[in-house]
Amino acid sequence: MKFTSLLATAAMALGLATGAMAEDKTKVGFVYVGPVGDGGWTYEHNQGRLAVEEHFGDKVETVFVESVPEGPDAERVMTQMALEGADLIFTTSFGYMDPTINVAKKFPKVKFEHATGYKQAENVSVYSARFYEGRAVQGTIAGRMTKSNIVGYIGSYPIPEVIRGINSAFIHARKVNPDVQFKIVWAYTWFDPAKEADAAKVLIEQGADVILQHTDSTAPQAAAQAAGNVITFGQASDMAEYAPLPRVSSIIDNWAPYYIARTQAVMDGTWTSTSTWDGIGPGMVGIGEISDAVPAEVKAEALALKDAIASGAYHPFTGPLKKQDGSDWLAEGETADDGTLAGMNFYVEGIEGDIPN
Amino acid sequence: MIVLEKRPQPSRAWSMATPLVAVLATMFFGGLLFAALGKNPVEAIGTIFWEPLFGEYAFYYRPQLLVKGAPLVLIAIGLSLGFRAGIWNIGAEGQYIMGAIVGAGVGLAFYPMEAFYIFPLMVVAGALGGWAWAMIPAFLKVRFGTNEILVSLMLVYVAEQLLASMSLGLLKNPEGFGFPGSRNLQSYGSAHNAELIEGSGMHWGVVAALIAVIFAYVLLNRHMTGFHIRLTGEAPRAARFAGVRPARLILFCLGVSGALAGLAGLFEVSGPSGQVSIDFNVGYGFTAIIVAFLGRLHPVGILLAGGLMALTYIGGEIAQGSLGLPAAAIQVFQGMLLFFLLALDLLTNYRIRAARKEVA
Repeated sequence: MKFTSLLATAAMALGLATGAMAEDKTKVGFVYVGPVGDGGWTYEHNQGRLAVEEHFGDKVETVFVESVPEGPDAERVMTQMALEGADLIFTTSFGYMDPTINVAKKFPKVKFEHATGYKQAENVSVYSARFYEGRAVQGTIAGRMTKSNIVGYIGSYPIPEVIRGINSAFIHARKVNPDVQFKIVWAYTWFDPAKEADAAKVLIEQGADVILQHTDSTAPQAAAQAAGNVITFGQASDMAEYAPLPRVSSIIDNWAPYYIARTQAVMDGTWTSTSTWDGIGPGMVGIGEISDAVPAEVKAEALALKDAIASGAYHPFTGPLKKQDGSDWLAEGETADDGTLAGMNFYVEGIEGDIPN
Repeated sequence: MIVLEKRPQPSRAWSMATPLVAVLATMFFGGLLFAALGKNPVEAIGTIFWEPLFGEYAFYYRPQLLVKGAPLVLIAIGLSLGFRAGIWNIGAEGQYIMGAIVGAGVGLAFYPMEAFYIFPLMVVAGALGGWAWAMIPAFLKVRFGTNEILVSLMLVYVAEQLLASMSLGLLKNPEGFGFPGSRNLQSYGSAHNAELIEGSGMHWGVVAALIAVIFAYVLLNRHMTGFHIRLTGEAPRAARFAGVRPARLILFCLGVSGALAGLAGLFEVSGPSGQVSIDFNVGYGFTAIIVAFLGRLHPVGILLAGGLMALTYIGGEIAQGSLGLPAAAIQVFQGMLLFFLLALDLLTNYRIRAARKEVA
């Protein structure tokens, strides 16, 4: 007997057994890349898990494993969850993509949901959030608030997701302030408080009085607070403990509605493999309370932009836009298609420096 | 009053017994820790040590022990040679990364050609990559007297940056939509370090680890170089009189440990992991230091210690999933193991004795 079929048989036998024991209890597993207390990315996924528990009460059981390295360890953790009877497994980091596909092949009855990837299968859905919509609101506030006209940006890795955010923030900062410049530092990490603090300090020394971050810790917030007269935005999570200054607003990942909807679909037997990319409108991306440190008219402008994006009246990537090298990208009134956005590997016109490669 | 008295000879009995006592002490104090977290300590310890071996899904976890343990053993064997001679390679993590990058790079250079010689070439390249990275601290130590602990450790961070650069640049999957990470070698037959028997967990890395254990055992017990290694560690002055050339020994020990770490990286990247990615390294190079000491720097001991560490990793994950233990508690538990081992090591060289009050 082949090993994969042995696995599948075991899972099926178990599925039958648990099905008989607890007819209506749906088991949902979560694999996290960081600790649940990271205050950013993993914290918000865990909030989503807790929301599922609260919403369904006794009808669900959730399990999670935190700080799971991407690679064979992730594969083992997912297999373990599937063996122990999980009906639905959320794998919440890009690096879990191939492991998710591998495990999904062995457990055709189990549904998988992979965050931020691009590989779908019969029983693997992908989902991500349009964080760049939040970046547009952030860029507007940043452009209005900066006095030095230098906005510092802490990038994690030069991947499409991050580059999209930089472009979106820059376009909207320039719109309200034609003199604004972006200084970008690559931290090459998603979560490393020491490195993030260093990056923030370097940017502040170079004259930045607004710091945007695409990393998950609150270290840049603390660095800005220590420096004084520097504003920041919460990333992934609200980071409200740094409000009203330096943190003037935030982009919040809100996974709860999606997790509840998908769990419901599994319960109803209506789950199908889908690709979801939701933004402010459906509530997957939230804009944290804009603090009183921001003048009322700037706040109103930012909120108006947020509403326009939410209603679909405005797309953050609307032409005319040129690429950094001066070539045309989008004509007047044209909006970017999702394919281009998903693989974005260029800066828009006006950003200085090169994308490291 | 209790005093420590140096033993004239290190106690053989304690040397053998401390790992076992350390494991028991870890179980006991780990149990207290789990109890303090509101979990049933017996159930938690049972889950960690029993489930992977004899639990309901042991058929899946047992092979996984090999997958998790093989790189630890392979790296630790190399490290133990140097450690015995007082040559401290702390940078195996970096050599592991370099082995993976160079080995995978060679494989990917042939893509999509299929040929029997691609994988052997990758193996050689992986070993060379790790070896070359270890030669940097070795050469600097021999030539300029630098400290190999610092140099090898710092090179880990250099290797990590290089890994990120490779994942985002040179080795990036051209069909990956701009996302970081190389092609997956699991779907490239000639470069795939597949399981030799499906479901057994046995891949070439496991075979290499077993060969390394035998090789190290023979080297240390039957070979002049092994004798020199032991002599240098145990009696440096005598070693000098015996004609041991320190420079050669440094190059040999760092070279072998680098090559083995490189091999571990290559087998991992072409097998269980599959691709060069930013977060490819998960700390095997550092954990292997614990394994080397837990195994008393003895080849057979390292084999057992590697298995034990793998067990705590896999059992720890199960305990997280099924009992809701936090990941940090598992890490504390693993840390305790090393702590108790080092603390109890004292008993090998010293004996505890109640001192008589002396009259001044």
